[in-house]
Amino acid sequence: MTDLTRLTASELAAKIHKQEITSVEATKAHLDRIAEVDGAVNAFLHVDTEGALAAARKVDGDLAEGREPVSPIAGVPLALKDVLTTKGVPTTCGSKTLENWLPPYDATVTRRLREAGVVILGKTNMDEFAMGSSTENSAYGPTRNPWDRERIPGGSGGGSSASLAAFEAPLAIGTDTGGSIRQPAAVTGTVGVKPTYGGVSRYGLVAFSSSLDQAGPCARSVLDAALLHEVIAGHDPMDSTSIDAPVPPVVTAARAGLKGDLTGVKVGVVAEFSGEGYQPGVQRSFEAAVAQLKDLGAEVVEVSCPNFTYALPAYYLIAPSECSSNLARFDAMRYGLRVADDGTHSAEEVMSLTREAGFGAEVKRRIMLGTYALSSGYYDAYYGSAQKVRTLITRDFSAAFEKVDVLVSPTTPTTAFKIGERVDDPLAMYLADLCTIPANLAGNAAMSVPSGLSDEDGLPVGLQIMAPALADDRLYRVGAAYEVARGPLLDRIPELKGVSA
Amino acid sequence: MTAVVDLMDYAEVVERYDPVLGLEVHVELSTKTKMFCGCPNLFGGEPNTHVCPTCLGLPGALPVVNGRAVESAIRIGLALNCEIAEWCRFARKNYFYPDMPKNFQTSQYDEPIAFNGHLDVVLDDGEVVRVDIERAHMEEDTGKSLHVGGATGRIHGAEHSLLDYNRAGVPLIEIVTKPIVGMGERAPEVARAYVAALRDLLRAMDVSDVRMDQGSLRCDANVSLMPKGTSEFGTRTETKNVNSLRSVERAVRYEMTRQAAVLASGGTVTQETRHFQEADGSTSAGRTKETAEDYRYFPEPDLVPIAPSREWVEELRATIPELPWERRKRIQAEWNLTDEELRDLVNTGAADLVAATVDAGAEPGEARSWWVQYLTQQANTRDVELADLAITPVHVARVIELVKSGELTNKLAREVVQGVLAGEGEPDEVVANRGLKVVSDDSALLTAVDEALAAQPDVAEKIRGGKVQAAGAIVGAVMKATKGQADAKRVRELILERVGA
Repeated sequence: MTDLTRLTASELAAKIHKQEITSVEATKAHLDRIAEVDGAVNAFLHVDTEGALAAARKVDGDLAEGREPVSPIAGVPLALKDVLTTKGVPTTCGSKTLENWLPPYDATVTRRLREAGVVILGKTNMDEFAMGSSTENSAYGPTRNPWDRERIPGGSGGGSSASLAAFEAPLAIGTDTGGSIRQPAAVTGTVGVKPTYGGVSRYGLVAFSSSLDQAGPCARSVLDAALLHEVIAGHDPMDSTSIDAPVPPVVTAARAGLKGDLTGVKVGVVAEFSGEGYQPGVQRSFEAAVAQLKDLGAEVVEVSCPNFTYALPAYYLIAPSECSSNLARFDAMRYGLRVADDGTHSAEEVMSLTREAGFGAEVKRRIMLGTYALSSGYYDAYYGSAQKVRTLITRDFSAAFEKVDVLVSPTTPTTAFKIGERVDDPLAMYLADLCTIPANLAGNAAMSVPSGLSDEDGLPVGLQIMAPALADDRLYRVGAAYEVARGPLLDRIPELKGVSA
Repeated sequence: MTAVVDLMDYAEVVERYDPVLGLEVHVELSTKTKMFCGCPNLFGGEPNTHVCPTCLGLPGALPVVNGRAVESAIRIGLALNCEIAEWCRFARKNYFYPDMPKNFQTSQYDEPIAFNGHLDVVLDDGEVVRVDIERAHMEEDTGKSLHVGGATGRIHGAEHSLLDYNRAGVPLIEIVTKPIVGMGERAPEVARAYVAALRDLLRAMDVSDVRMDQGSLRCDANVSLMPKGTSEFGTRTETKNVNSLRSVERAVRYEMTRQAAVLASGGTVTQETRHFQEADGSTSAGRTKETAEDYRYFPEPDLVPIAPSREWVEELRATIPELPWERRKRIQAEWNLTDEELRDLVNTGAADLVAATVDAGAEPGEARSWWVQYLTQQANTRDVELADLAITPVHVARVIELVKSGELTNKLAREVVQGVLAGEGEPDEVVANRGLKVVSDDSALLTAVDEALAAQPDVAEKIRGGKVQAAGAIVGAVMKATKGQADAKRVRELILERVGA
């Protein structure tokens, strides 16, 4: 019998919709896989066995009664990043402060998944409040990279990407503020897409940096990501920053790309994202990918985006500034952790002691950075300047997209580093997002698709593709075409079976 | 323990110092729903029943601007002769307080929706003072705290605190004056007159309940003094939440006498928030902050900018009703009032009420007499503002109509008004429920007249003998017998008919 956990989402959906297998069978196969390997991976913070099976039974029941599937991925299991609210199901954001919080409402993404018949297996591990590039900042222990369990799975959405690479789920949802979907995708050999800002509702996405946060699809193939993208995208009146425009035709584009022809597509290589600081194996993998894009018929040119080099410092002013305000609500008054409420402390002290106890070091660091950057007398020099850089980066993108259809770069400068290697060096950690941050600052769409393994360490490398805002479909066409040319990758992942769970 | 506070005699204060005022008025809009969510905007209610994820600041929830509130803000701005911003944004005002769910208030900072206006204020003696308006901006209200235990009713020293978030997120407009200078001894009166004028304006526009007793209109008074002949503003204090017109005047006057005593003794005024004590008209220091509060304002990333089109602004301008002062000019001309008569009307707060009563169909003289005499007495007895009596101009006009048509006598009309004031319903309901119709049936009256004449034959004889004024005693007896529901004039006619005088 086929191992259901090795199928892509589109393959699973086809079998379920033809009633060759049931959604309950597919769901149980993945729940069993989680039970078997997650002790070694730690991709999940919460597994919702009951909820998942109930959702699967609903899909099976509808199909048995002859109804059409409610979406192309109805009945397919999915892993949801623990930063999106799920009614009555724990949502911790990887933080102690929300350890026992049960949200009274579903995020719009969660609601759309449910309405599409997608089976939510559980909630995935992440850096606390999505702050980090390794998932080591989770209050519930790091997630391990299924390619090498001594290494990080990327972050902040390491749990979502690792669950895909470990065959615990065929689909996952991530959120990307500075690269938290794309960098984990790159280091786990999976696909991750940050849609255009405003393309997917942020309602119910616990905010890290409101002007940068964007939820998006994670999968093991470009087509699967597109199918999931269409389910979660679209205008939401509950999110004022949601774009009121049709969802770009991402599935059509992915299917077109699968034909393997990029004739007429102009690809720009970002000149600034190479050289010093880039691991040679990553660089070689990237160059090979560019050569394959040429073989597919694309015209490749080098493009300079001079202000991209200022993206990282600008990001580390804007994101902490917004987070210092967004995270102020965790004050022990209405929900979440409360310490020192023993009758001897004032409300102010309870707030302060709870925040001290509930937040980890990286969250505190960023709250302090942001508080400082917004302070009177420093605002113009820090937050104000960073916003100007943001405008310049947007202009670089606009100028580039007048010449080319998409831009490409490595997703991240190195392959997965070892757990513990960068925890004491925040600046080294921040460099993991060097190439992904510009798309967040400008709000345009970007994807990471695996470009094979680095020849020096045998670890996955990601190719980043960037497209203009609202042209998410271009990512899928180029990504799918490249994926076909590259050939299979995940069958080379070491077997996790037999690991001590 | 109360510290003894030195106060300077008021006459000496104004001889030695020039007061500078700045008034900040918060107005709760009477929109159906809150500023950023769909919860009902209602005063009171069981605690924490008008709440949702957004106004509770739950993780992940997002705001959506109430279009009606923006409309009201623009209309208020136009009525205050302000410029309306072509483009403006919300900003976050960051500070921690338990009754503020997000620990930031969504407000406007350097980009208010309305700015640079003025309001002409009429003082008791008819002098008109122009108060310049700095800005009017939109923001959300906080929840309410009830601090239990402790002497002050404030958070410090309380045993525990209760929080009600029903008010959290209620739309507010904050209207800020430019410094009001050169008012001398009339400064306290100007402050009161300004708030009264603003209240009348907002009431006429039907954008707020403007109930100072319920907090839907709240005034913070900034006061400073500068020695006569100088032009540099002194250090100011801000007296918070002064909850009646009279209190505004008292608070300003008190601060002037207190600050003058401090300055005259060589001291310096501390920049601080002060609380007004209704009982003795004094102000007391709030907690002195060691450093100035830094609110770390930055543009609200969860909301998109507001860019009211000029066409929309002009449409809204056309909806602004006749404003109170315009109406006063008109009624003065139409009713041939002297300046003095108009001023009396205005000072009792009756002018707009009379005008509205006339608009509802009453004759101006009757309308004036009801409001200035009987209803003013009723307001004084109840110690409320005339406008806060539970009777509307439409009610009064109806009562006048009933008297005119002979269905009520003046005495019965006052009883009807008492019924309306007691909450028994509209005038017609009170008439029906209390059975207050004039007895106009002559046969019923004749029976009463005959009985009265029979009971007092000596009086009947006197009348017959030509002493017509003696009829009064019989009239009185008939009125008593009919419980006042007879028309006295008709009774007198019937008596004279009966005795054949």
